[in-house]
Amino acid sequence: MNLMRIITTIRMAFRALRRNKMRSVLTALGIIIGVGAVIAMVSIGNGAKALVEAQVASLGENIITVFPGNFTQAGGVRSGGGGGGSFTSLTPEDATTIRQQVLNVPGVSEYVTTRGQLLANGLNWNAQVYGVGPDYPYIRSWRIEEGNFFDEVDVQNLGKVAVIGKTIVDNLYPDVDPIGQSLRIGNVPFRIIGVMSVKGFNLNGQDQDDAVFIPYSSHMRRLSRRTSLTQVLVQAANADAISQVQADITTALMERRGGGEPDFTVQNQQEIAAARTAATETMTYLLGAIAAVSLVVGGIGIMNIMLVSVTERTREIGIRMALGAHGKDVLTQFLIEAITLSSLGGILGVAIGIGGAELMGSWKGWAVEPSKTAMVVAVLFSASVGVFFGFYPARKAARLDPIEALRYE
Amino acid sequence: MSQPVVKIEELHKIYESGDVPVHAVRGVSLEIHKGEFIALMGSSGSGKSTLMNMLGCLDRPTRGTYFLDGIDVSKLDRNELADIRNQKLGFVFQGFNLLSRTTALENVELPRLYTHDRVSNKQMREKAMRCLEIVGLAQRFDHMPNQLSGGQQQRVAIARALMNDPQVLLADEPTGNLDTKTSVEVMGVFQKLNDEGITIVMVTHELDIAHYCKRNLILRDGVIVRDEPVVDRLIAENEIKKLKQAEAAAKLIHATH
Repeated sequence: MNLMRIITTIRMAFRALRRNKMRSVLTALGIIIGVGAVIAMVSIGNGAKALVEAQVASLGENIITVFPGNFTQAGGVRSGGGGGGSFTSLTPEDATTIRQQVLNVPGVSEYVTTRGQLLANGLNWNAQVYGVGPDYPYIRSWRIEEGNFFDEVDVQNLGKVAVIGKTIVDNLYPDVDPIGQSLRIGNVPFRIIGVMSVKGFNLNGQDQDDAVFIPYSSHMRRLSRRTSLTQVLVQAANADAISQVQADITTALMERRGGGEPDFTVQNQQEIAAARTAATETMTYLLGAIAAVSLVVGGIGIMNIMLVSVTERTREIGIRMALGAHGKDVLTQFLIEAITLSSLGGILGVAIGIGGAELMGSWKGWAVEPSKTAMVVAVLFSASVGVFFGFYPARKAARLDPIEALRYE
Repeated sequence: MSQPVVKIEELHKIYESGDVPVHAVRGVSLEIHKGEFIALMGSSGSGKSTLMNMLGCLDRPTRGTYFLDGIDVSKLDRNELADIRNQKLGFVFQGFNLLSRTTALENVELPRLYTHDRVSNKQMREKAMRCLEIVGLAQRFDHMPNQLSGGQQQRVAIARALMNDPQVLLADEPTGNLDTKTSVEVMGVFQKLNDEGITIVMVTHELDIAHYCKRNLILRDGVIVRDEPVVDRLIAENEIKKLKQAEAAAKLIHATH
């Protein structure tokens, strides 16, 4: 069969579908709804995943986190930062060990946190108070908007200096320049030396700008009276060094402890992100199953209508054959009708899916990210559903005897 | 005399489908030359439909040979027969058999779509319009079959049969679904085409319709029992005039009363 004949056949198939617009739309509806639902859910799932990834990336580049307690043996799922209060195994000396013994670590920061009551200008505010090292803004790629971050001297002197986030500025210093102002945290007066740039929300939905940063030493001695750290943040020099740095940290800390079971956990960003996205992935598999079922149901719908159509158009098939159509021409025509129905259903489904996802997104405030791969796969898969379910009716049509078909009432 | 367009020799068709084999056509030999206008007649069960199906290359003979335009078509396969039908034959059916919800023009174009050597859409359209002009329906080219009368539908079907310049035009009871006046009009179209040199074979059971043809064949029990030229041939043009006069007379009588 030459190309022109195929093009003609395609045109005839389109003409036949146009003649029965309502039926064509209803036939494709199964595919439209199936593909639409899948694309919508994939878009929303992708949006959620992208958000998690963006938040993980906002932690900073190539970050390795050391947590107290051994989590990897208990299933590997952590409940996120801020906790770990019951573990006392991680100390500032551990951070110093890492700083001194592990190669390829441009930044190491102690990290300890509590909530604190703030008082300034006669205004009250409750915020997260972080005790960190001088490397902290560098590790987290967090710019200082105004003033400076504290340095090593402040850490050694248990300096009563603080750097605050934008939310604190908005709430406690609405009208004045906060630099040089005093800030009471609990009962301890601190002096503000810097303001952080805006960072937004983190993985747990916390406002990262609602934060006060003070030297970890001051935090532990003057404020929280703790002897252990919540975390140690380590930055690896580059992405390739991450696993080596992780191994070196474990070796160095184990050496310091002189053997036994590790009482700490070393995780990198990817591992943290993986735990976060595990739920999303389960969702994706579920969606795949729904997609398969809905497309099969849609395909059966198409086969059903195509079978009805072949019977209904027996006489038309007879006429075409009498006038010179080969069985192959008739087969192609019906197959193309089925494929057109299913592919158009797929394309419409993609459009409706994206539209629906955007609508849900703007209504619920979800991040929506349509996946191009999902779109292409959905349309291709719908087309192959058309081939699969359209073949049997098309072959039935092609095998008709022209004399019988012409006589059919 | 020139080579016949249709030459069949000892054609047999035996249907083996039932318990008893049915010998529908029992040795028909026939020559049809260019420009002939044949009426094939016979009662039901005489084998005329079977013979017509074989002439139309829709069915293959059990025995015998069939040369159409010099080609032995009795041994061709399904697809080859389809190509022969497409290029050498034109079909007109009793039930018109136009594609519904498809314009007259598109119906006429249909056979061209299955032809191997392609022409441009424009050329195809022009050719289809010429065919519609021949049957006097050019102004109705964009009408759907359900917007046309029975006679008009049959004329579209004739235009469709002319689309690929067939060697033989085969008509199976073309006036069977039409009233007397429309039948005569359709016969007029056939006579006009025949005058232009087109070979026509038509199946009919109406004797007066057969009188518009040039040669009558009568089939009985699968064999040709009579083959004779038409002596008192009717000319459709004259008959239409007579019908109109009769109509006018009837109106006149009606008016005086």
